[in-house]
Amino acid sequence: MKIVVVLRQVPDLIEPLETNANETALNYEEAGFLVNESDEHALEQALLMAEAGAAEVAVVAFDFGDVETTLFAAAAKGVERIVTIAWDDSDPPLADVATVMLAETLKSLEPDCVLIGCQAHDELEGALGAKLAVALDMPYLGVVRGVECSQDDNVLSAFKEFPGAAKARFSVRLPAVLGILAADQPPRYVPVSRIRAAMKSAQFDEAEAEPIASRTAVRVNRIFLPDKGDGATMLEGSEQEVAEQIADILIEKGVLT
Amino acid sequence: MSQQDVMLVAEVEGGTISDSTMELMGAARHLAERTGGDVLAAILGTDGSSHAMRLAGADRILIVDDPLLAGYAPQPFLEALEAIVDRERPRVVVFASSTLGLDLAPSLAAKLQAPCIGNCRAFAIDQNSFKATCSFCAGKLMVEAETEASPTLVNVLPGAFHPAEQDGRGTVESVPVALGAGAICFEEMLPADAGDIDITQQDVLVSVGRGIQQEDNMEVAEELAEALEGALCASRPIVDQGWLPATRQVGKSGMIVKPRLYLALGISGAPEHVEGMAGAELTIAVNTDPEAPIFETADFGIELDVMDFVPELTEALKRKKVAH
Repeated sequence: MKIVVVLRQVPDLIEPLETNANETALNYEEAGFLVNESDEHALEQALLMAEAGAAEVAVVAFDFGDVETTLFAAAAKGVERIVTIAWDDSDPPLADVATVMLAETLKSLEPDCVLIGCQAHDELEGALGAKLAVALDMPYLGVVRGVECSQDDNVLSAFKEFPGAAKARFSVRLPAVLGILAADQPPRYVPVSRIRAAMKSAQFDEAEAEPIASRTAVRVNRIFLPDKGDGATMLEGSEQEVAEQIADILIEKGVLT
Repeated sequence: MSQQDVMLVAEVEGGTISDSTMELMGAARHLAERTGGDVLAAILGTDGSSHAMRLAGADRILIVDDPLLAGYAPQPFLEALEAIVDRERPRVVVFASSTLGLDLAPSLAAKLQAPCIGNCRAFAIDQNSFKATCSFCAGKLMVEAETEASPTLVNVLPGAFHPAEQDGRGTVESVPVALGAGAICFEEMLPADAGDIDITQQDVLVSVGRGIQQEDNMEVAEELAEALEGALCASRPIVDQGWLPATRQVGKSGMIVKPRLYLALGISGAPEHVEGMAGAELTIAVNTDPEAPIFETADFGIELDVMDFVPELTEALKRKKVAH
Protein backbone atom coordinates (compact mmCIF):
# COMPACT_ATOMS: atom_id res chain seq x y z
CA MET A 1 0.00 0.00 0.00
CA LYS A 2 1.28 3.42 -0.91
CA ILE A 3 0.37 6.20 1.51
CA VAL A 4 0.98 9.85 0.71
CA VAL A 5 0.74 12.43 3.47
CA VAL A 6 0.14 16.13 2.83
CA LEU A 7 2.10 18.40 5.18
CA ARG A 8 1.14 22.07 5.41
CA GLN A 9 2.80 25.04 7.06
CA VAL A 10 0.59 27.24 9.23
CA PRO A 11 1.29 30.45 11.14
CA ASP A 12 2.63 29.89 14.63
CA LEU A 13 -0.04 31.28 16.93
CA ILE A 14 2.44 31.81 19.75
CA GLU A 15 3.85 34.74 17.81
CA PRO A 16 1.86 37.96 17.24
CA LEU A 17 -0.16 37.89 14.02
CA GLU A 18 -0.09 40.93 11.78
CA THR A 19 -2.22 41.75 8.77
CA ASN A 20 -1.18 43.40 5.53
CA ALA A 21 -1.72 47.13 4.99
CA ASN A 22 -5.19 46.53 3.50
CA GLU A 23 -6.17 44.22 6.36
CA THR A 24 -7.23 41.60 3.81
CA ALA A 25 -4.62 38.93 4.55
CA LEU A 26 -2.12 37.91 7.17
CA ASN A 27 1.30 39.43 6.79
CA TYR A 28 3.03 36.11 6.21
CA GLU A 29 6.43 37.73 5.82
CA GLU A 30 6.35 38.55 9.53
CA ALA A 31 4.83 35.26 10.67
CA GLY A 32 6.58 32.28 12.18
CA PHE A 33 5.61 28.89 10.78
CA LEU A 34 5.22 25.35 11.97
CA VAL A 35 3.76 22.16 10.59
CA ASN A 36 -0.02 21.96 10.80
CA GLU A 37 -0.77 19.94 13.91
CA SER A 38 -3.28 17.52 12.44
CA ASP A 39 -1.01 16.98 9.39
CA GLU A 40 1.70 15.93 11.83
CA HIS A 41 -0.77 13.43 13.27
CA ALA A 42 -1.52 12.26 9.71
CA LEU A 43 2.18 11.56 9.24
CA GLU A 44 2.33 9.67 12.52
CA GLN A 45 -0.66 7.58 11.49
CA ALA A 46 1.01 6.76 8.18
CA LEU A 47 4.21 5.71 9.92
CA LEU A 48 2.25 3.47 12.29
CA MET A 49 0.58 1.83 9.30
CA ALA A 50 3.98 1.32 7.66
CA GLU A 51 5.33 -0.27 10.83
CA ALA A 52 2.39 -2.64 10.80
CA GLY A 53 3.98 -3.88 7.61
CA ALA A 54 1.41 -2.58 5.28
CA ALA A 55 2.66 0.59 3.70
CA GLU A 56 5.33 2.76 2.20
CA VAL A 57 5.08 6.43 3.06
CA ALA A 58 5.71 9.53 0.98
CA VAL A 59 4.99 13.16 1.87
CA VAL A 60 4.04 16.13 -0.28
CA ALA A 61 4.41 19.75 0.76
CA PHE A 62 4.47 23.19 -0.77
CA ASP A 63 7.92 24.78 -0.60
CA PHE A 64 6.67 27.45 1.76
CA GLY A 65 7.33 28.73 5.27
CA ASP A 66 9.67 26.63 7.36
CA VAL A 67 8.98 23.53 5.29
CA GLU A 68 12.57 22.26 5.21
CA THR A 69 12.58 21.77 8.98
CA THR A 70 9.33 19.84 8.70
CA LEU A 71 10.57 17.69 5.83
CA PHE A 72 13.93 16.86 7.39
CA ALA A 73 12.07 15.80 10.52
CA ALA A 74 9.81 13.63 8.35
CA ALA A 75 12.85 12.06 6.70
CA ALA A 76 14.36 11.40 10.12
CA LYS A 77 11.17 9.64 11.11
CA GLY A 78 11.54 7.25 8.21
CA VAL A 79 9.57 8.75 5.33
CA GLU A 80 10.80 7.12 2.14
CA ARG A 81 10.00 9.82 -0.40
CA ILE A 82 9.62 13.59 -0.10
CA VAL A 83 8.06 15.64 -2.86
CA THR A 84 7.97 19.43 -2.80
CA ILE A 85 5.79 21.70 -4.88
CA ALA A 86 7.55 24.92 -5.89
CA TRP A 87 5.92 28.02 -4.44
CA ASP A 88 7.63 31.42 -4.61
CA ASP A 89 4.94 33.70 -3.19
CA SER A 90 5.26 34.96 0.37
CA ASP A 91 1.58 34.10 0.95
CA PRO A 92 0.51 30.43 0.94
CA PRO A 93 -1.59 29.18 -1.99
CA LEU A 94 -5.32 29.83 -1.71
CA ALA A 95 -7.50 26.78 -1.21
CA ASP A 96 -8.50 26.29 -4.84
CA VAL A 97 -4.93 26.65 -6.07
CA ALA A 98 -3.62 24.27 -3.40
CA THR A 99 -6.30 21.75 -4.34
CA VAL A 100 -5.42 21.74 -8.03
CA MET A 101 -1.65 21.65 -7.53
CA LEU A 102 -1.76 19.00 -4.82
CA ALA A 103 -4.21 16.86 -6.80
CA GLU A 104 -1.97 16.96 -9.85
CA THR A 105 1.03 15.96 -7.74
CA LEU A 106 -0.83 13.24 -5.87
CA LYS A 107 -2.12 11.72 -9.10
CA SER A 108 1.44 11.35 -10.30
CA LEU A 109 2.31 9.47 -7.11
CA GLU A 110 -0.59 7.01 -7.55
CA PRO A 111 -1.43 6.69 -3.85
CA ASP A 112 -3.72 4.05 -2.41
CA CYS A 113 -4.41 6.28 0.56
CA VAL A 114 -3.95 10.01 1.10
CA LEU A 115 -3.70 11.20 4.70
CA ILE A 116 -4.07 14.89 5.55
CA GLY A 117 -5.01 16.78 8.69
CA CYS A 118 -8.75 17.32 8.84
CA GLN A 119 -8.28 20.98 9.72
CA ALA A 120 -5.81 23.84 9.69
CA HIS A 121 -6.24 26.99 11.71
CA ASP A 122 -5.71 29.27 8.70
CA GLU A 123 -8.22 27.37 6.57
CA LEU A 124 -11.12 29.64 5.58
CA GLU A 125 -12.88 27.58 2.92
CA GLY A 126 -13.36 24.25 4.68
CA ALA A 127 -11.31 21.07 4.84
CA LEU A 128 -8.72 20.85 2.08
CA GLY A 129 -8.80 17.05 2.29
CA ALA A 130 -12.47 16.97 1.29
CA LYS A 131 -11.76 19.07 -1.78
CA LEU A 132 -8.71 17.00 -2.68
CA ALA A 133 -10.84 13.87 -2.53
CA VAL A 134 -13.28 15.28 -5.06
CA ALA A 135 -10.41 16.38 -7.32
CA LEU A 136 -8.90 12.89 -7.08
CA ASP A 137 -12.28 11.20 -7.50
CA MET A 138 -11.78 9.40 -4.20
CA PRO A 139 -14.10 9.17 -1.19
CA TYR A 140 -13.32 11.23 1.90
CA LEU A 141 -13.75 10.59 5.60
CA GLY A 142 -12.62 13.29 8.01
CA VAL A 143 -12.29 13.85 11.77
CA VAL A 144 -10.57 10.47 11.94
CA ARG A 145 -8.89 9.41 15.16
CA GLY A 146 -7.04 6.21 14.33
CA VAL A 147 -6.73 3.81 11.40
CA GLU A 148 -6.29 0.02 11.36
CA CYS A 149 -5.02 -2.03 8.46
CA SER A 150 -6.75 -5.30 7.63
CA GLN A 151 -5.85 -8.62 6.02
CA ASP A 152 -7.17 -7.21 2.78
CA ASP A 153 -4.69 -4.64 1.44
CA ASN A 154 -7.53 -2.75 -0.19
CA VAL A 155 -9.57 -2.22 2.95
CA LEU A 156 -8.88 -0.18 6.12
CA SER A 157 -10.83 0.52 9.27
CA ALA A 158 -10.99 4.22 10.11
CA PHE A 159 -12.34 5.54 13.40
CA LYS A 160 -14.27 8.79 13.11
CA GLU A 161 -14.78 10.90 16.20
CA PHE A 162 -18.28 11.69 17.45
CA PRO A 163 -19.47 13.81 20.38
CA GLY A 164 -19.24 12.40 23.88
CA ALA A 165 -15.84 10.78 23.28
CA ALA A 166 -17.53 8.20 21.07
CA LYS A 167 -16.05 6.85 17.86
CA ALA A 168 -17.55 5.08 14.89
CA ARG A 169 -15.73 2.43 12.90
CA PHE A 170 -15.93 2.71 9.13
CA SER A 171 -14.66 0.26 6.53
CA VAL A 172 -12.76 2.12 3.85
CA ARG A 173 -12.20 0.52 0.46
CA LEU A 174 -9.14 2.11 -1.11
CA PRO A 175 -8.22 4.39 -2.72
CA ALA A 176 -9.45 7.05 -0.34
CA VAL A 177 -8.56 10.32 1.36
CA LEU A 178 -8.67 10.37 5.16
CA GLY A 179 -8.77 13.61 7.14
CA ILE A 180 -6.89 12.87 10.34
CA LEU A 181 -7.68 14.62 13.61
CA ALA A 182 -5.31 12.54 15.73
CA ALA A 183 -3.18 9.45 15.21
CA ASP A 184 -3.38 6.33 17.34
CA GLN A 185 -0.45 7.69 19.30
CA PRO A 186 1.11 11.16 19.67
CA PRO A 187 3.60 12.21 16.98
CA ARG A 188 6.91 10.57 17.77
CA TYR A 189 9.91 12.46 19.06
CA VAL A 190 12.88 12.42 16.76
CA PRO A 191 16.34 13.21 18.14
CA VAL A 192 18.13 16.24 16.77
CA SER A 193 21.06 14.02 15.74
CA ARG A 194 18.79 12.07 13.40
CA ILE A 195 17.39 15.28 11.92
CA ARG A 196 20.94 16.50 11.33
CA ALA A 197 21.75 13.23 9.61
CA ALA A 198 18.64 13.57 7.47
CA MET A 199 19.72 17.08 6.49
CA LYS A 200 22.84 15.58 4.97
CA SER A 201 21.24 12.65 3.21
CA ALA A 202 17.57 13.40 2.47
CA GLN A 203 16.64 14.08 -1.15
CA PHE A 204 13.61 16.14 -2.13
CA ASP A 205 11.92 15.52 -5.47
CA GLU A 206 10.29 18.55 -7.04
CA ALA A 207 6.80 18.08 -8.42
CA GLU A 208 5.93 19.29 -11.89
CA ALA A 209 2.74 21.08 -10.84
CA GLU A 210 2.70 24.63 -12.15
CA PRO A 211 1.14 27.53 -10.23
CA ILE A 212 -2.30 28.52 -11.45
CA ALA A 213 -4.38 31.64 -10.92
CA SER A 214 -6.99 31.44 -8.18
CA ARG A 215 -10.61 31.40 -9.29
CA THR A 216 -12.08 31.34 -5.81
CA ALA A 217 -15.50 32.95 -5.46
CA VAL A 218 -14.72 33.90 -1.85
CA ARG A 219 -12.89 37.14 -1.20
CA VAL A 220 -11.65 38.43 2.09
CA ASN A 221 -12.84 41.95 2.80
CA ARG A 222 -11.18 42.33 6.15
CA ILE A 223 -9.16 40.50 8.79
CA PHE A 224 -9.44 41.98 12.26
CA LEU A 225 -9.10 41.33 15.95
CA PRO A 226 -12.24 39.93 17.54
CA ASP A 227 -14.46 42.23 19.54
CA LYS A 228 -13.38 41.75 23.12
CA GLY A 229 -16.82 42.53 24.48
CA ASP A 230 -16.87 42.76 28.25
CA GLY A 231 -14.42 39.90 28.56
CA ALA A 232 -12.90 38.66 31.79
CA THR A 233 -12.15 40.74 34.83
CA MET A 234 -8.36 40.56 34.84
CA LEU A 235 -6.78 39.99 38.24
CA GLU A 236 -3.39 41.56 38.70
CA GLY A 237 -0.55 41.21 41.15
CA SER A 238 2.06 38.64 42.09
CA GLU A 239 1.29 34.92 41.95
CA GLN A 240 0.64 34.92 45.70
CA GLU A 241 -1.61 37.99 45.59
CA VAL A 242 -3.72 36.67 42.73
CA ALA A 243 -3.97 33.26 44.39
CA GLU A 244 -5.39 34.92 47.51
CA GLN A 245 -7.91 36.85 45.40
CA ILE A 246 -9.06 33.67 43.65
CA ALA A 247 -9.42 31.80 46.93
CA ASP A 248 -11.57 34.65 48.29
CA ILE A 249 -13.73 34.65 45.15
CA LEU A 250 -14.28 30.90 45.44
CA ILE A 251 -15.32 31.26 49.09
CA GLU A 252 -17.66 34.12 48.20
CA LYS A 253 -19.24 32.07 45.41
CA GLY A 254 -19.60 29.08 47.70
CA VAL A 255 -17.32 26.86 45.61
CA LEU A 256 -14.71 26.53 48.35
CA THR A 257 -16.24 25.42 51.64
CA MET B 1 -38.56 26.66 -4.82
CA SER B 2 -36.76 29.97 -4.89
CA GLN B 3 -33.17 30.95 -5.39
CA GLN B 4 -33.54 33.05 -2.24
CA ASP B 5 -34.30 30.00 -0.05
CA VAL B 6 -31.94 29.01 2.73
CA MET B 7 -31.43 25.34 3.49
CA LEU B 8 -30.16 23.76 6.68
CA VAL B 9 -28.83 20.24 6.96
CA ALA B 10 -30.29 18.65 10.09
CA GLU B 11 -28.37 16.18 12.22
CA VAL B 12 -29.63 13.51 14.57
CA GLU B 13 -27.72 12.75 17.78
CA GLY B 14 -28.82 10.04 20.16
CA GLY B 15 -32.06 9.55 18.29
CA THR B 16 -33.13 13.19 18.34
CA ILE B 17 -32.49 16.33 16.34
CA SER B 18 -29.29 17.90 17.67
CA ASP B 19 -29.18 21.23 19.50
CA SER B 20 -26.81 22.54 16.83
CA THR B 21 -29.52 21.86 14.24
CA MET B 22 -31.87 24.20 16.11
CA GLU B 23 -29.15 26.85 16.01
CA LEU B 24 -28.89 26.26 12.26
CA MET B 25 -32.63 26.87 12.13
CA GLY B 26 -32.00 30.23 13.81
CA ALA B 27 -29.23 31.03 11.31
CA ALA B 28 -31.34 29.98 8.34
CA ARG B 29 -34.33 32.03 9.54
CA HIS B 30 -32.07 35.06 10.06
CA LEU B 31 -30.95 34.80 6.42
CA ALA B 32 -34.33 33.93 4.92
CA GLU B 33 -35.96 36.96 6.56
CA ARG B 34 -33.50 39.09 4.61
CA THR B 35 -33.73 37.27 1.28
CA GLY B 36 -37.49 36.83 1.37
CA GLY B 37 -37.09 33.10 0.73
CA ASP B 38 -38.18 30.03 2.63
CA VAL B 39 -36.26 28.02 5.22
CA LEU B 40 -35.77 24.46 4.01
CA ALA B 41 -34.69 21.71 6.43
CA ALA B 42 -33.07 18.62 4.90
CA ILE B 43 -33.14 15.49 7.02
CA LEU B 44 -31.41 12.31 5.91
CA GLY B 45 -31.97 8.96 7.60
CA THR B 46 -34.38 6.08 7.73
CA ASP B 47 -37.30 7.70 9.53
CA GLY B 48 -37.17 11.41 8.81
CA SER B 49 -40.86 11.99 9.46
CA SER B 50 -40.37 11.13 13.13
CA HIS B 51 -38.22 14.28 13.44
CA ALA B 52 -40.55 16.55 11.47
CA MET B 53 -42.19 18.05 14.56
CA ARG B 54 -38.87 19.32 15.91
CA LEU B 55 -38.04 20.80 12.51
CA ALA B 56 -41.43 22.48 12.11
CA GLY B 57 -39.81 25.92 12.38
CA ALA B 58 -38.77 25.43 8.77
CA ASP B 59 -41.15 26.32 5.96
CA ARG B 60 -40.47 23.04 4.20
CA ILE B 61 -39.00 19.85 5.60
CA LEU B 62 -37.34 17.72 2.95
CA ILE B 63 -36.91 14.09 3.91
CA VAL B 64 -34.72 11.48 2.27
CA ASP B 65 -35.32 8.05 3.81
CA ASP B 66 -33.12 5.19 2.71
CA PRO B 67 -31.53 2.19 4.47
CA LEU B 68 -28.15 3.45 3.23
CA LEU B 69 -28.64 6.53 5.42
CA ALA B 70 -29.05 4.51 8.65
CA GLY B 71 -25.55 5.56 9.76
CA TYR B 72 -23.30 8.22 8.31
CA ALA B 73 -21.65 7.23 5.05
CA PRO B 74 -20.09 9.85 2.79
CA GLN B 75 -21.35 8.81 -0.62
CA PRO B 76 -25.07 8.34 0.03
CA PHE B 77 -25.19 11.45 2.23
CA LEU B 78 -23.50 13.53 -0.47
CA GLU B 79 -25.69 12.08 -3.21
CA ALA B 80 -28.83 12.87 -1.24
CA LEU B 81 -27.75 16.43 -0.50
CA GLU B 82 -26.59 17.01 -4.06
CA ALA B 83 -30.01 15.89 -5.32
CA ILE B 84 -31.85 18.21 -2.93
CA VAL B 85 -29.65 21.20 -3.76
CA ASP B 86 -30.00 20.47 -7.47
CA ARG B 87 -33.79 20.36 -7.09
CA GLU B 88 -34.25 23.34 -4.77
CA ARG B 89 -31.42 25.67 -5.81
CA PRO B 90 -31.12 27.37 -2.40
CA ARG B 91 -29.07 30.55 -2.07
CA VAL B 92 -27.24 29.37 1.07
CA VAL B 93 -26.85 25.93 2.67
CA VAL B 94 -25.94 25.93 6.37
CA PHE B 95 -24.20 23.02 8.10
CA ALA B 96 -23.13 22.61 11.71
CA SER B 97 -19.41 22.71 12.51
CA SER B 98 -19.80 19.10 13.58
CA THR B 99 -18.06 15.85 12.80
CA LEU B 100 -20.50 15.38 9.90
CA GLY B 101 -20.83 19.00 8.82
CA LEU B 102 -17.07 19.46 8.59
CA ASP B 103 -16.96 16.57 6.08
CA LEU B 104 -20.12 17.29 4.15
CA ALA B 105 -19.95 21.05 3.54
CA PRO B 106 -16.55 21.16 1.78
CA SER B 107 -17.18 17.86 -0.02
CA LEU B 108 -20.52 19.00 -1.40
CA ALA B 109 -19.11 22.42 -2.23
CA ALA B 110 -16.33 20.80 -4.24
CA LYS B 111 -18.81 18.59 -6.08
CA LEU B 112 -21.04 21.56 -6.88
CA GLN B 113 -18.05 23.82 -7.60
CA ALA B 114 -19.60 26.18 -5.09
CA PRO B 115 -17.88 28.26 -2.41
CA CYS B 116 -17.56 26.94 1.13
CA ILE B 117 -16.89 29.15 4.15
CA GLY B 118 -16.02 27.65 7.54
CA ASN B 119 -16.16 28.72 11.20
CA CYS B 120 -18.95 31.26 10.62
CA ARG B 121 -20.21 33.37 13.50
CA ALA B 122 -22.41 35.95 11.75
CA PHE B 123 -23.99 36.63 8.37
CA ALA B 124 -25.17 39.54 6.27
CA ILE B 125 -27.00 39.10 3.00
CA ASP B 126 -28.70 41.19 0.34
CA GLN B 127 -29.89 40.53 -3.19
CA ASN B 128 -26.37 40.40 -4.59
CA SER B 129 -23.92 39.33 -1.97
CA PHE B 130 -23.48 37.13 1.06
CA LYS B 131 -21.04 38.06 3.81
CA ALA B 132 -19.85 35.79 6.60
CA THR B 133 -17.84 36.76 9.65
CA CYS B 134 -15.63 33.83 10.57
CA SER B 135 -13.30 32.79 13.33
CA PHE B 136 -9.74 32.47 12.00
CA CYS B 137 -6.47 31.22 13.50
CA ALA B 138 -8.22 29.51 16.42
CA GLY B 139 -10.25 32.58 17.24
CA LYS B 140 -7.30 34.96 17.49
CA LEU B 141 -8.56 36.81 14.43
CA MET B 142 -11.83 37.29 12.59
CA VAL B 143 -12.36 37.35 8.83
CA GLU B 144 -15.14 39.01 6.89
CA ALA B 145 -15.55 36.96 3.71
CA GLU B 146 -17.88 37.78 0.84
CA THR B 147 -19.21 35.97 -2.19
CA GLU B 148 -21.80 36.57 -4.89
CA ALA B 149 -21.99 32.88 -5.82
CA SER B 150 -25.06 30.76 -5.28
CA PRO B 151 -25.34 28.37 -3.61
CA THR B 152 -22.83 29.13 -0.88
CA LEU B 153 -22.20 26.42 1.70
CA VAL B 154 -21.22 27.37 5.23
CA ASN B 155 -20.28 25.74 8.52
CA VAL B 156 -21.79 27.61 11.47
CA LEU B 157 -19.99 27.66 14.80
CA PRO B 158 -21.99 26.52 17.80
CA GLY B 159 -23.51 29.31 19.87
CA ALA B 160 -23.35 31.79 16.98
CA PHE B 161 -27.14 31.87 16.59
CA HIS B 162 -29.97 31.39 19.05
CA PRO B 163 -31.95 28.23 18.50
CA ALA B 164 -35.11 28.93 16.52
CA GLU B 165 -38.56 28.40 17.96
CA GLN B 166 -39.96 24.98 17.18
CA ASP B 167 -43.47 26.15 16.36
CA GLY B 168 -44.33 26.54 12.73
CA ARG B 169 -46.22 24.96 9.94
CA GLY B 170 -43.49 23.40 7.92
CA THR B 171 -44.79 21.16 5.20
CA VAL B 172 -43.23 17.74 4.98
CA GLU B 173 -42.04 16.44 1.63
CA SER B 174 -40.36 13.18 0.72
CA VAL B 175 -37.54 13.50 -1.80
CA PRO B 176 -36.95 10.37 -3.85
CA VAL B 177 -33.25 9.82 -4.59
CA ALA B 178 -31.40 6.74 -5.89
CA LEU B 179 -28.35 6.25 -3.67
CA GLY B 180 -25.22 4.12 -3.86
CA ALA B 181 -23.38 2.66 -0.86
CA GLY B 182 -19.93 3.95 -1.81
CA ALA B 183 -16.50 2.82 -0.67
CA ILE B 184 -16.73 4.06 2.92
CA CYS B 185 -19.32 2.29 5.05
CA PHE B 186 -20.44 2.77 8.63
CA GLU B 187 -19.80 -0.41 10.62
CA GLU B 188 -20.40 0.27 14.31
CA MET B 189 -20.56 2.98 16.96
CA LEU B 190 -18.03 2.58 19.77
CA PRO B 191 -19.14 4.39 22.92
CA ALA B 192 -16.65 6.10 25.21
CA ASP B 193 -14.65 3.79 27.42
CA ALA B 194 -16.50 3.13 30.65
CA GLY B 195 -14.77 3.14 34.02
CA ASP B 196 -13.44 6.67 34.09
CA ILE B 197 -15.16 9.43 36.05
CA ASP B 198 -17.95 11.32 34.30
CA ILE B 199 -16.73 14.91 33.98
CA THR B 200 -20.21 16.06 32.94
CA GLN B 201 -21.36 15.36 36.50
CA GLN B 202 -18.57 17.26 38.30
CA ASP B 203 -19.15 20.57 40.10
CA VAL B 204 -15.53 21.64 39.84
CA LEU B 205 -13.28 21.04 36.86
CA VAL B 206 -9.62 21.92 36.51
CA SER B 207 -8.93 21.86 32.81
CA VAL B 208 -5.47 21.84 31.26
CA GLY B 209 -4.35 22.87 27.81
CA ARG B 210 -1.19 23.17 25.81
CA GLY B 211 0.18 25.75 28.28
CA ILE B 212 0.86 22.95 30.75
CA GLN B 213 3.81 22.20 28.42
CA GLN B 214 4.76 18.69 29.50
CA GLU B 215 3.25 15.57 30.99
CA ASP B 216 5.21 15.83 34.23
CA ASN B 217 3.46 19.14 34.92
CA MET B 218 0.05 17.45 35.01
CA GLU B 219 0.74 16.60 38.64
CA VAL B 220 0.55 20.28 39.61
CA ALA B 221 -2.93 20.52 38.06
CA GLU B 222 -3.99 17.28 39.75
CA GLU B 223 -3.02 18.71 43.13
CA LEU B 224 -5.12 21.79 42.45
CA ALA B 225 -8.09 19.61 41.45
CA GLU B 226 -7.69 17.67 44.71
CA ALA B 227 -7.59 20.88 46.75
CA LEU B 228 -10.84 21.95 45.08
CA GLU B 229 -12.36 18.46 45.42
CA GLY B 230 -12.84 18.53 41.69
CA ALA B 231 -11.70 16.54 38.67
CA LEU B 232 -9.09 17.01 36.00
CA CYS B 233 -10.05 17.42 32.35
CA ALA B 234 -8.39 18.86 29.27
CA SER B 235 -8.56 20.42 25.85
CA ARG B 236 -7.99 18.25 22.80
CA PRO B 237 -4.16 18.59 22.41
CA ILE B 238 -3.66 17.06 25.85
CA VAL B 239 -5.84 14.07 24.96
CA ASP B 240 -4.09 13.73 21.60
CA GLN B 241 -0.81 13.50 23.52
CA GLY B 242 -2.28 10.65 25.55
CA TRP B 243 -1.88 12.50 28.86
CA LEU B 244 -5.57 12.06 29.71
CA PRO B 245 -8.18 9.69 28.26
CA ALA B 246 -10.72 10.86 25.68
CA THR B 247 -13.43 10.75 28.36
CA ARG B 248 -11.74 13.79 29.97
CA GLN B 249 -11.79 15.90 26.80
CA VAL B 250 -13.95 19.02 26.88
CA GLY B 251 -15.17 20.45 23.60
CA LYS B 252 -17.03 19.87 20.40
CA SER B 253 -15.84 16.32 19.96
CA GLY B 254 -15.48 15.62 23.66
CA MET B 255 -17.79 16.32 26.55
CA ILE B 256 -20.14 19.24 27.08
CA VAL B 257 -19.73 20.29 30.72
CA LYS B 258 -21.63 22.73 32.92
CA PRO B 259 -19.75 22.81 36.26
CA ARG B 260 -20.07 25.45 38.95
CA LEU B 261 -16.36 26.23 38.49
CA TYR B 262 -14.23 25.75 35.38
CA LEU B 263 -10.57 26.59 35.89
CA ALA B 264 -8.87 26.76 32.50
CA LEU B 265 -5.09 26.39 32.76
CA GLY B 266 -3.06 27.23 29.68
CA ILE B 267 -6.06 26.86 27.36
CA SER B 268 -6.21 29.31 24.45
CA GLY B 269 -9.98 29.05 24.03
CA ALA B 270 -10.46 27.85 20.46
CA PRO B 271 -14.15 27.80 19.48
CA GLU B 272 -14.20 23.98 19.54
CA HIS B 273 -13.18 24.02 23.20
CA VAL B 274 -15.43 26.87 24.25
CA GLU B 275 -18.39 24.96 22.84
CA GLY B 276 -17.83 22.36 25.52
CA MET B 277 -17.54 24.65 28.55
CA ALA B 278 -19.58 27.74 27.76
CA GLY B 279 -22.26 26.58 30.20
CA ALA B 280 -19.96 26.78 33.25
CA GLU B 281 -21.32 29.03 36.01
CA LEU B 282 -17.92 30.52 36.82
CA THR B 283 -14.88 30.38 34.57
CA ILE B 284 -11.39 31.40 35.63
CA ALA B 285 -8.69 31.35 32.98
CA VAL B 286 -4.91 31.40 33.39
CA ASN B 287 -2.82 32.10 30.31
CA THR B 288 0.36 34.04 29.54
CA ASP B 289 -1.10 35.32 26.27
CA PRO B 290 -3.27 38.40 26.92
CA GLU B 291 -4.86 37.93 23.48
CA ALA B 292 -5.97 34.36 24.22
CA PRO B 293 -9.66 34.04 23.24
CA ILE B 294 -10.40 32.23 26.51
CA PHE B 295 -10.34 35.64 28.22
CA GLU B 296 -13.44 36.61 26.21
CA THR B 297 -15.35 33.70 27.72
CA ALA B 298 -13.95 33.70 31.24
CA ASP B 299 -15.36 35.64 34.19
CA PHE B 300 -11.91 36.16 35.68
CA GLY B 301 -8.61 36.19 33.84
CA ILE B 302 -5.06 35.81 35.08
CA GLU B 303 -2.10 36.63 32.86
CA LEU B 304 0.49 34.48 34.58
CA ASP B 305 2.47 31.34 33.86
CA VAL B 306 0.48 28.28 34.85
CA MET B 307 3.46 26.56 36.44
CA ASP B 308 4.31 29.61 38.57
CA PHE B 309 0.74 30.37 39.58
CA VAL B 310 -0.98 27.03 40.18
CA PRO B 311 1.18 25.84 43.12
CA GLU B 312 0.54 29.20 44.82
CA LEU B 313 -3.19 28.84 44.25
CA THR B 314 -3.21 25.29 45.63
CA GLU B 315 -1.44 26.45 48.79
CA ALA B 316 -3.76 29.45 49.16
CA LEU B 317 -6.82 27.21 48.85
CA LYS B 318 -5.48 24.80 51.47
CA ARG B 319 -4.83 27.68 53.88
CA LYS B 320 -8.28 29.21 53.33
CA LYS B 321 -9.99 25.85 53.75
CA VAL B 322 -8.37 25.39 57.13
CA ALA B 323 -9.22 28.93 58.20
CA HIS B 324 -12.73 29.00 56.74
